[in-house]
Amino acid sequence: MNGRGDMASNTKRKSYDGVVVCLPVTIPYRRYSTNSAHWWLGRALQELTERAKLRLADIDGLAVSSFTLAPDTAVGLTQHFGVSPRWLDHIPFGGASGIVALRRAARAVQAGDADIVACIAGDTNHVDSFRKTLSNFSRFAQDAVYPYGSGGANASFALITKNYMNLYGAKREDFAKICIAQRDNALPIPYAMMKKKLTLDEYMAARPIADPIHLFDCVMPCAGAEAILICREDIAKAQKLPYVRILSTIERHNAFGSDPIQIRGGWAADISDLWSMAGLRPDAVDFVQTYDDYPVIVMMQFEDLGFCKKGEGPDFVRSRTFTNDGSFPHNTSGGQLSVGQAGAGGGLLGMVETVRQLINEPIGAPVRNARIGVVSGFGMINYDRGLSSGAAILARA
Amino acid sequence: MTVDVLSFARAIAAGQIRVVDLTQTLSPDFPTIVLPPELGQCAPFRMEEVSRYDERGPAWYWNNISLGEHTGTHFDAPIHWISGKDLPNNAVDTIDVAKFVAPAVVIDCSTECAANPDFALTVPFVEAWEARHGKIEPGHWVLLRTDWSKQDFAGYANLRDDGAHTPGPEPAVVKWLVEERDVHGFGTETIGTDLGQGHHFNPPFPAHFYMHGKGRFGLQCLTNLDLLPPKGAVIIAAPLKIKQGSGSPLRVLALLS
Amino acid sequence: MTEPLIRPKRRNPLQRTRNPLGPQGVRSRTAHGLTAAAAEGRFALQVCEDCKTVIYPPRDCCPSCLSVRLPFRDVARGGVLIAETTVQTSTDPYFRERTPWRVGTVKLDAGPLIVAHLHADTQEGRRVRLDLKLDKSGSAVAMALPEKDTPNMADDPHLREMTCDPKFRRVLITDGRSPIGQAMAKAFAEAGASIVFVGIADPWKPFPGLDALRKVAAVEIVPLDLTDTESVTEQAEQNGARIDIVVNTAEHVRAGGIVDRHGMTIVREQIDIRYLGLVRLAQAFGPILRARGADGTNAAAAFVNLLSVHALMNWPAYGSYSAAEAACLSAAQCMRTELRPGGIKVMNVFFGPLETEWFQTVPPPKVAPATLARAVVRGLQQGLEDVFVGDIADDIRARLAVNPKALERELAS
Repeated sequence: MNGRGDMASNTKRKSYDGVVVCLPVTIPYRRYSTNSAHWWLGRALQELTERAKLRLADIDGLAVSSFTLAPDTAVGLTQHFGVSPRWLDHIPFGGASGIVALRRAARAVQAGDADIVACIAGDTNHVDSFRKTLSNFSRFAQDAVYPYGSGGANASFALITKNYMNLYGAKREDFAKICIAQRDNALPIPYAMMKKKLTLDEYMAARPIADPIHLFDCVMPCAGAEAILICREDIAKAQKLPYVRILSTIERHNAFGSDPIQIRGGWAADISDLWSMAGLRPDAVDFVQTYDDYPVIVMMQFEDLGFCKKGEGPDFVRSRTFTNDGSFPHNTSGGQLSVGQAGAGGGLLGMVETVRQLINEPIGAPVRNARIGVVSGFGMINYDRGLSSGAAILARA
Repeated sequence: MTVDVLSFARAIAAGQIRVVDLTQTLSPDFPTIVLPPELGQCAPFRMEEVSRYDERGPAWYWNNISLGEHTGTHFDAPIHWISGKDLPNNAVDTIDVAKFVAPAVVIDCSTECAANPDFALTVPFVEAWEARHGKIEPGHWVLLRTDWSKQDFAGYANLRDDGAHTPGPEPAVVKWLVEERDVHGFGTETIGTDLGQGHHFNPPFPAHFYMHGKGRFGLQCLTNLDLLPPKGAVIIAAPLKIKQGSGSPLRVLALLS
Repeated sequence: MTEPLIRPKRRNPLQRTRNPLGPQGVRSRTAHGLTAAAAEGRFALQVCEDCKTVIYPPRDCCPSCLSVRLPFRDVARGGVLIAETTVQTSTDPYFRERTPWRVGTVKLDAGPLIVAHLHADTQEGRRVRLDLKLDKSGSAVAMALPEKDTPNMADDPHLREMTCDPKFRRVLITDGRSPIGQAMAKAFAEAGASIVFVGIADPWKPFPGLDALRKVAAVEIVPLDLTDTESVTEQAEQNGARIDIVVNTAEHVRAGGIVDRHGMTIVREQIDIRYLGLVRLAQAFGPILRARGADGTNAAAAFVNLLSVHALMNWPAYGSYSAAEAACLSAAQCMRTELRPGGIKVMNVFFGPLETEWFQTVPPPKVAPATLARAVVRGLQQGLEDVFVGDIADDIRARLAVNPKALERELAS
């Protein structure tokens, strides 16, 4: 089932001609910060404008994602930052926000509703941010999840992990392989939260969090911000900014609600669209950034993005290597599992790294001959499963 | 004879006249009379602290109290009984105040009561007392010393399957005390001037019936009667001035030369 | 298999008493439909009036047809535990000190998926029964129990957090003078209470049943007069720290109304014994119960009110009695909020006429003291808040739910 109703069966998706992605920005992460989310997001916006050699007033579109901005939303930021955009979006979809921001902003630029859109995502991390975010994350979480052990997303994904392991024979060692490779990829990243190599023994002996999830299956929450610029191709050229093209995107929310426990994300509903719109097959891809809140979701993305069939995730992992110089370069800056999760910033982390690799300005090790990258987003565990998902295929210009 | 009240006061202050307290402490655990549950009951004594040098009243301590007219050591006025309901000046606020001071005789039947909780005072018993101590003069309280106040509360109330078993007077002796000896009133240590089983007499509750019917008074729940001489004590028993009150708890004092 | 509860050792008096904590109790208004069901021991979920879909988590629009007509109805409790995890660490202080804590996903036969607390005797892949229970925050949670009862099932530590099981607890029966109080003392002794304090007022007044009471091994008779503030305070000072459940058995039943009654003494007694007595108990025992809500195996657990169902709707034949009961009901609702920070449950047990002397002329059905006592014990074992005992109580409740005004008229005859 591809998720489209009869009404949509013959509509061809419009290409992303004329709009490009550039200026990957990361405000280096810190474990704890007494500054506000406004501060982190403002720094990302400032760096974007400086590197683009633009004035703030030139930015006429703004997309914002953040969990710790309350009581403000994007509109409060316009006055806070002194910007006057003609296109504004607040995108509260967690790890899928980056893909969604890309989709919204790109269409706005193509339609002429905005010319230069800054997509910023980030969060602060006070000592009680994590606890407070968990305790009123969503109405269903408040009513039907948090009172049950208050294990947070860790407990919810533990159930998903357990079920996946039972169904498809995935082992902790398989998840370890993903985490260990990502840690290797993160070693050159100066602001990564995790600074050392990870060994299999360390992974297996790690403290249990919610069985079968252990310490190194979990991201470390931190403060930080990520940002990119989406603009008309001629503007990127005029500002002499290296840029990448968008070949295709997909987005889906609350897919497969009848699966008793989540075994697939929304990508599986629209995956043929992603590849046919780009005119590519999965073997054409040079690297993949999956959304890595937990290794089990990484494994699901390998299946649902089309790199292998459902249930073949464990075999896929066992038969590939995932470092930047491996057979399947994956989460090439280390992903959230190694660098940290700067709240909503995690939703842009993969896209920022994809752009860096494609314009040949990686902070860590480069992927050789990086021309096509897939980036995926996922998030919003409203009750018992991640509701939002999205993916994009970007290409070197 | 002229009597000097100031000398009287000085004599008390100097201890030449002794003051004996015949009153039980008003406290929540003191037994009250128990009537059949369908009828109205006498309120027991209760205290509610209003404040005690605290946020409810920083520099003072005081209580609100609740109780019945017949709670604890108390005075019965003639209006209390149906036989005295139409007499003049029969309520605590209308009785001539001079009547609140009167001499008393103390008739000791404590030995008999120790052996028999249903001991009934009779005319022969009183006549035998008079043979030893002289005739009972008019205007005297007759106080029945039973030592009942020395019991624990369960023994004091002495409630059994058929009601209370406590000592008191039989009908004939009450009638005789009023008509032949013109007594001031009748006082007891027990709850009630009548025998615990006094409802079986004819008339029922004769102490109440005859005393109040003739405008005399009652005192109940007295204590320390064993400290009084058979004759010679003067009782101060002034009830509260309750509007049309049938009785009231009070401080009963005995003065001894 | 659940290990049987061990009788707790004597407490170390030099050890600090653990502060009671509770899980997060915030719920949407709609989700409190589960709280209403849990309070009575029912298992109810929203069932769409229009398409009959059974829905969870609670919400305001049907996920099948968008209907907003989603009443809570009793549904079948059976299901399969399809995945489980054991939470080893939590940011929430309550769970943090109670890990490891098992939770899992249950696929209900009736349709929905429910994340639930797991009883130790449940197993992944096996069938379970779901219960709705009130946790220490006073809000409803789902708890999966094994499909059939297992030995020592009630002793599971997770389950015991949700219940007020009298086993190994110390109980105060506030008035042992009446058949109700005596039946209650016996029932608690049989339910495994380690001490049953039985309050007696006016000990100088004998009463039938005293000898039988004394013969019950767990019973300790104590002086307690609910009309005397000092008596209640003193009892709380002496024994409050070792009383885990208070059952207020004081009663004052008299036929008669308000207008057609001569004098104030009966109503004053009624208010004094029932309402003021309850307030005295609440002030004397409430704080110590609340402070000891997390004090080990026999932590303080509950305050039980025995209330006429006519607290909910006056029965004029027993009109002043009904009014006094209504005052107690309102006070109990206040107490529920005040005692919740300690995780103490206030359980209200409603009944119609009893098989006792002051209801002598009322025709059956009436509730026998032993029946009431068993219902109280069972209610505590299940951790309920609102219990209805007997046919009249159920009848009044049902009529009240449909048309209170009609019930008001019906009770007049």
